[in-house]
Amino acid sequence: MAETTYAAAVAATLAAAMRADERVVVLGEDVALGGPYLTTKGLAEEFGTARVVNTPISEAAICGVAIGAAQSGLRPVVEVMFIDFIGLALDQLVNGAAKAHFMSGGQLCVPMVLRTQGGAGQRGAAQHSQSLESWLTHVPGLKVVVPASAREVAALLPSAIADPNPVVVVESKALYFRHETLPDEGVSPEPLGRARVLRQGDDVTIVATSKMVHEAIEAAARLSEDGVEAEVIDPRTLVPFDLPTVADSVRRTGRLVVAHEAVQHGGFGAEIAAEVQEACFYDLDAPIVRVGAPFTPVPLSPSLEDAYVPGAAEILDGVRRVLG
Amino acid sequence: MANANPTDGSAPAALDAKRLAWMYTQMYRIREFEERVKSTFTEHPGILRGHTHLADGAEASIVGSIAALAPDDQIVTTYRCHGYPIALGTDMKLMMAEIYGKATGLCGGLGGSMHLYDVARGFLGGSGIVAQAIPHATGAAWAAQIRRQGQAIVCFFGDGASKQGAFHESLNVASVWKLPIVYVMENNHYQASTRTDQEDANAAHGEPLSTKAKAYSMEGVTVDGADPVAVHATLADALARARSGTGPTLVESLVYRLSAHGNLIAPPGVPLNYPEHEAIAIFGNREEYEAALRGDPVPRFRHRLVTEGALSAEDADAIEQAAREEVDEAQRFALDSPWPAPDSGLDYVYA
Repeated sequence: MAETTYAAAVAATLAAAMRADERVVVLGEDVALGGPYLTTKGLAEEFGTARVVNTPISEAAICGVAIGAAQSGLRPVVEVMFIDFIGLALDQLVNGAAKAHFMSGGQLCVPMVLRTQGGAGQRGAAQHSQSLESWLTHVPGLKVVVPASAREVAALLPSAIADPNPVVVVESKALYFRHETLPDEGVSPEPLGRARVLRQGDDVTIVATSKMVHEAIEAAARLSEDGVEAEVIDPRTLVPFDLPTVADSVRRTGRLVVAHEAVQHGGFGAEIAAEVQEACFYDLDAPIVRVGAPFTPVPLSPSLEDAYVPGAAEILDGVRRVLG
Repeated sequence: MANANPTDGSAPAALDAKRLAWMYTQMYRIREFEERVKSTFTEHPGILRGHTHLADGAEASIVGSIAALAPDDQIVTTYRCHGYPIALGTDMKLMMAEIYGKATGLCGGLGGSMHLYDVARGFLGGSGIVAQAIPHATGAAWAAQIRRQGQAIVCFFGDGASKQGAFHESLNVASVWKLPIVYVMENNHYQASTRTDQEDANAAHGEPLSTKAKAYSMEGVTVDGADPVAVHATLADALARARSGTGPTLVESLVYRLSAHGNLIAPPGVPLNYPEHEAIAIFGNREEYEAALRGDPVPRFRHRLVTEGALSAEDADAIEQAAREEVDEAQRFALDSPWPAPDSGLDYVYA
């Protein structure tokens, strides 16, 4: 078994993709130096600075350059250092990357990956801590992947790079240095759009994303001590969303808690709740409960941030509410 | 062979009579096409809604630029994008059908006037967002630099786009990375309804907009965009620099758009025709507009070629007649084509 971290898995997966396909190039701020979280560590040393390109602090241009390069046959993996900075590149992503294939009647493809990371808990304050993935899930033409572990990075990042569409991979800074053991034989790529059932149970379904997957597992362990068996599902990709796997589970348990770190209001949990109630309204024994952050910017102060970020306690509370 | 570009773009060769005639042909075809798009609003009310933006007045700049391209070069443009594909040889029938939103259009009716694409001919598209495609062009140039096959990119945009951050970010990157790209800013002196000297610091200080090139330590040139021969020479030089690895060039091409910014889009019930040009409608400057009409680059170029003996009046008449017939046919095709089936709007969301 191989010891690794989430961040090391990103670097290793990128390296493998670059070895396998010379069209794969990496660009972003400080990527040739490994980046602040070491997610591109070692790439410039192995592949040179022509394929691992440091860019100016120009998010719109970086994203737009990746679009143009992708349309012209490269497979760029562009890094936006914090998802909080994505507003600077959003026109490129939303009006450019997401629409080129459509507006050109299929003439253009944009096989690019935009890697970024979000999440709070690092005392990063309001502009370096957000979970903004639902901005992106609203845009037809983009795919959105939210890996919750090194294993999921290894399984999904290769598929994102191979995908002919623009794919946004939202990583979690809180998970980057979490230790994990992967099988020696490695993790095979898995298709985007398939959820993973991480824990089976018949009493309640918990759908959790990114860091909240681990919080949900912890909550489920505590629930088990009280005789409540929770099924924990990680959708892994938000677009496309694997509704059948979630709906099958909810039909069995009759109860659903959706948990993400993003602000609850307007978060992707609302979409999951809506899709599930449309698919299995008559199987539900209780209203669906959403767990997310309060409707405020992320505060700096440790006491405030710790109170702000949802975790296992909030999921437990949600499960108790849905159990009635 | 009205559509074939006789230049191989390998060198800025002297423009012989055949190439000059080709250039006049493309200029006239663009003018005829644009006038037909415009007259659609009055002749066939209801066919065209939404947004159209015409290139009449910029034909010399467009054709002079396209004439300097090599076959594998690529271009990226703005929403004012009808002229370039015409000069590249895109079938006008498919273009008119796309602008009318028909199933037979270049993009199946999914794009429309502001979003034409003909990737097989090196036209990577227009964009409805001002300056948005400048980074895409820059990325295409980066890909060309990596491929090392001698390709170059020409990125067209208006003077208004130079006020966007994407312009600044892109030119900085292109200069630092010495990308094989030429940025052609068609300065038509107006944003939608404001004059450039009200919006642009260089213009406000009486300086050419090519001054901006200095900020990126790249070549900056201002050229008379009403003279296709001058534009061709400027682009040929700039493309040679781009291919040699010397780096990008910012070309300011001075043009005068002869139509208003675009057709009216509101209020409901009002015909969506083209209003008067902003020089008259906003600034009351009829003199300026009439002077621009007197300097119209299309008849001016015909006069020059005929006077210099490069083209006979009979041949010029024949070029114009052929263009009219081609546009007639394109419009008939577009009018007769079916609308897309409603469920085809779900095509091409994902590849």
